[in-house]
Amino acid sequence: MRISTFFYTIGQGFRNIIRNKWFSLASIATIGACLFLFGLFYAIITNFQHIVKTAEEGVSVTVFFDEGVSDTRIAEIGDMIAKRVEVADVKFVSADEAWESFKEDYLGEYSDGFTENPLADSAHYEIYLNDVSLQPALVTYLESIDDIRRINKSEITATTLSGVNALIAYVSIGIIGILFAVSIFLISNTVTIGISVRKEEINIMKYIGATDFFVRSPFVIEGMLIGLIGSLVPLGLIYFIYNNVIVYVTERFSMLSQLLSFLPVETIFNTLAPVSVIMGVGIGFLGSIATVRKHLRV
Amino acid sequence: MTEKDRKRRRGKKQADLGNEIITLENVSKAYATGAPALNGVSLHINKGEFVFIVGDSGSGKSTLIKLLLRELTPTSGYINVMGYDLVKIKHRKIPKFRRNLGIVFQDFRLLKDRNVYDNVAFAQRIIQVSNKEIKRNVPSILSMVGLAGKYKAKPKQLSGGEQQRVALARALINKPTILLADEPTGNLDPKNSWEIMKLLEQINENGTTVLVVTHNREIVNSMQKRVVTMKKGIVVSDEEKGGYIDEN
Repeated sequence: MRISTFFYTIGQGFRNIIRNKWFSLASIATIGACLFLFGLFYAIITNFQHIVKTAEEGVSVTVFFDEGVSDTRIAEIGDMIAKRVEVADVKFVSADEAWESFKEDYLGEYSDGFTENPLADSAHYEIYLNDVSLQPALVTYLESIDDIRRINKSEITATTLSGVNALIAYVSIGIIGILFAVSIFLISNTVTIGISVRKEEINIMKYIGATDFFVRSPFVIEGMLIGLIGSLVPLGLIYFIYNNVIVYVTERFSMLSQLLSFLPVETIFNTLAPVSVIMGVGIGFLGSIATVRKHLRV
Repeated sequence: MTEKDRKRRRGKKQADLGNEIITLENVSKAYATGAPALNGVSLHINKGEFVFIVGDSGSGKSTLIKLLLRELTPTSGYINVMGYDLVKIKHRKIPKFRRNLGIVFQDFRLLKDRNVYDNVAFAQRIIQVSNKEIKRNVPSILSMVGLAGKYKAKPKQLSGGEQQRVALARALINKPTILLADEPTGNLDPKNSWEIMKLLEQINENGTTVLVVTHNREIVNSMQKRVVTMKKGIVVSDEEKGGYIDEN
């Protein structure tokens, strides 16, 4: 292909958009709406997963020992636990540390009356998990170890979090799939309308001796440009809305700020921006090429 | 024509067919409904000829043009145009074949949103002529058809005769071997009709084979060219320096 033909084709793609500005606007709006919803879901889902992940990291299993267990045995148990695949981190809390923490949290100045450590047998391990769904397996293992008196676990939190995580994943895949199908259908419809409007022009091209490639290219370029613009507009909107919503939520519901930790917009856009652009251009490409192919047998 | 004859003819190279540029042998075309549009038509046209195809509505003229453009394929028979076997030609080779044809329609078929210059340049862009050459060729062909001063005008700003001249310029700019004109004067007044026919005659004198489908009795009778008359899908008459044959 000559360079002049290449630029002519690109130019025709732009001209097609301007010539059929209402159809083009409708397509851009449709793709834009789909990708806006996609971006919105993505931002919500990613943040929710981030919140869940943060909460998961806080979920721990606590192990207390029988009375009189030696420090050597405690260290040995610690090594055994640390080697398990379920375990992300093990933290030893001595009886003194446990008492200090308790005093700080609950007693404050009233702790002065205690001369001895009432929590003398409360040395323990705090075990943090790689994945909360692995908690039952670890608990079964811990129960089989001698010299362990008690295991504290948060069963409800662990199952709830892993259940919510799976639900979010399924729902998001479903929604994204539906949006993708709707977008392809809509752009295909728009290109069909565009082609039927230009049916005569296509016929003239074919009579003069245009190849299928020459006739198709401007329409495909048009579809891809519509997809590109349709992806950039919602990205801009989401960028603006996201920052404002986070500021609003953080200021308005300050008591939730410890529970909810939002991701910065840059982190969201690292993935969202390229995925949206590829999806927009891809939808435009697929929708237009499939539709144009049907109308070229002159 | 037997299958053996057909195979023998297909095997011949264009050079062996001498001057013949369009060959139809026993061509029939039937549509799904109704009587056959063409019924065993044979026609031989030489390079550089000027031929009128005449006949009433339903005589098969339009089907014949569509077959020569390879818009349709025949139900049976053999068609060869410029060495291309139009029965067997592959889809991807059709554009290359059509680039050697110039086509003019009764309704002009210009791109309404583009000006005269762009309409004519369009035919050159399709065959990937460089911008530099397009800028040289288009004004030259527009001055040949008498529209040098109107290159910026849009089709709707032109008269019917001027629009047909633009269509002619577009058909001629790629220097076609054959010019097919389907009712080129059908939408024109007598003065413009004559001007278009003079242009076609001039193009023919420059060596292009011209095939004109028309209803215009006066023009056919005056120009004294070869006239092929069709009726109900068959060729009823084929005369050198012929005239328009009345229905009765």
